[in-house]
Amino acid sequence: MNTPLLEIENLKVEIGNKRILHGVNLTIEEGTVHVIFGPNGSGKTTLVGAIMGLPQYRVTDGDIKFKGKSITSLPVHKRAKLGIGLAFQRPPAVKGVSLFYLLKAIKGSENDILAVADSMNLKDHLHRDINKGFSGGEIKRSEILQMRLMNPALLMLDEPESGVDFENILLISEIIKEILEKEISITKRKKSGLVITHTGFIIQHIQADVGHVILDGKILCSGNPQEILGRIKKYGFEKCAECL
Amino acid sequence: MKLSKSDIQKLQRVGYDSTGDIPRAGTFLTKDHEILSSERKDAGLEILPLKVALEKYSWVENLAFGLVPDEKDNYTKQIASHPPVGYFIRAFPGAKITQPVQSCFFIKTDRFSQMIHNIIVVEPNSELHIITGCTTAAYIKQGSHIGVTEFYIGENAKLSYTMIHDWAPQVQVFPRSAALLEASGTFISNYIALTAAELVQAYPMATVKKNGIARFNSIIYAPQGSHFDIGAGAKLVEPEAKAEIISRAVSSGGQIIARGYLEGSAANTRGHMECNGLLLRDEGSIHAVPELKGNFSQTDLSHEAAVGKIADEEIHYLMTRGLDEDTATSLIVRGFLDVRLKGLPPQLQKDIDVMIEKASLKSTM
Repeated sequence: MNTPLLEIENLKVEIGNKRILHGVNLTIEEGTVHVIFGPNGSGKTTLVGAIMGLPQYRVTDGDIKFKGKSITSLPVHKRAKLGIGLAFQRPPAVKGVSLFYLLKAIKGSENDILAVADSMNLKDHLHRDINKGFSGGEIKRSEILQMRLMNPALLMLDEPESGVDFENILLISEIIKEILEKEISITKRKKSGLVITHTGFIIQHIQADVGHVILDGKILCSGNPQEILGRIKKYGFEKCAECL
Repeated sequence: MKLSKSDIQKLQRVGYDSTGDIPRAGTFLTKDHEILSSERKDAGLEILPLKVALEKYSWVENLAFGLVPDEKDNYTKQIASHPPVGYFIRAFPGAKITQPVQSCFFIKTDRFSQMIHNIIVVEPNSELHIITGCTTAAYIKQGSHIGVTEFYIGENAKLSYTMIHDWAPQVQVFPRSAALLEASGTFISNYIALTAAELVQAYPMATVKKNGIARFNSIIYAPQGSHFDIGAGAKLVEPEAKAEIISRAVSSGGQIIARGYLEGSAANTRGHMECNGLLLRDEGSIHAVPELKGNFSQTDLSHEAAVGKIADEEIHYLMTRGLDEDTATSLIVRGFLDVRLKGLPPQLQKDIDVMIEKASLKSTM
């Protein structure tokens, strides 16, 4: 059996005074990719935000372990240093800070930055302010570019396909597969992924190992992601929850 | 009294090069009221102590207090009643002087009241760049610097003037400046203050004639205990005259008033100003005072002003990339202060970048 990379036990999370997650349990083993399906407002983004440690997501109960150690009280940057990466669905624009300057802070090597940016058609964006005036596709490519350089042990992707045209989905999928070491055999693979999606479109391009459905802040079922997606497409999320 | 190694280091922080390694078109250096250096390297210009220039050219007398009236306030009256100390710098007609002239006003005696009068004449079709650094010896606790600077920019001439202040926390500073731009003249004025001063009060005003362009950029970082009352203004008095005022102010506990004034009085005049302020602590304040006055139907004047703190969302976003909170904050402050100053020699831009880097690192201390 594979070693667990991320273990979440009975996680309860609030935004302001409103409880969003009502006791989530989830274990992600090394080398596996999990996908979480759920409608808008079900708690998907809250879950990845809480794993990342973003302060607006307040953990009121439960525990998050990463590589066997509790990270629930660690600040965001320490979680990132441990190997947790999050590609945002809608990242903020940061005025005055160029993408290149951030990438330099992530990984000093200028040659690596230029090579990866070139492969993602972002060379011309390097000296622009992060996300300022970027199109939907450019934002996603920029997020994945940052992940490629951070090379996290756990790659979390929040709605990676939203607002992206087909061509860009293919491009970012290739880089995501690289980060997740999809080219090496499953027994040797160490990288893990947690993909958030409400359309499921992305898993046609990134093979996921385990699927989960989240509704009203609770994971209601887990299983083969393709089967789950099929049921959701056929019956919708509500019906899917009922039959499970 | 010679300058010590520590004095030289202070001068270097405001753009003064004593090694000769960085190309300069000329040098003017004043310690208290003693002129230590007044030399030109470029034959296209003339650098003289103002006192000498007044003796040499009778017409210079007409320029003195021609733009800044000697009766303007108590400070200008003090300058007018004091023997002239300061420079006269002139670019000859058609001279393109690409290397900057460096000048420095240095206070070496504690409690000294330095009084300076400068006149700059940029003759038609010439180009001149000046860096003026003002600073004190490291041990200075108190003092004052009062300065009148008058800029005469001829037809189709260009002047960039970059003033860098690095004062001691209990020094008071009162520069009084004004510029006259003849037809198609260009004036770029950059003001950079990234360290504490008890009070700095400056409000240069440009009068812009036909097709002239005045640009004012100011970058201010105010630590606790400092007061900056800084502004710039332009009167667009003939057709096609343009002006732009950009200020970036960061308060880390200091008080900042960022003023701006644009007045359009002729056809097709255009002016725009941006006053952006960033508050890093609750103790500080930034008061943006943008003013527009249109005296003619075909003038186009506008302003944007914004004062606020760094958005938590931006800091947290950078932290998800592994940067700690202080590094994320300083990265954003650096970006905020990093106004690309147009028309500067590359070396000077590099010096300014280094200063901004240092100030942004201090923002989290």
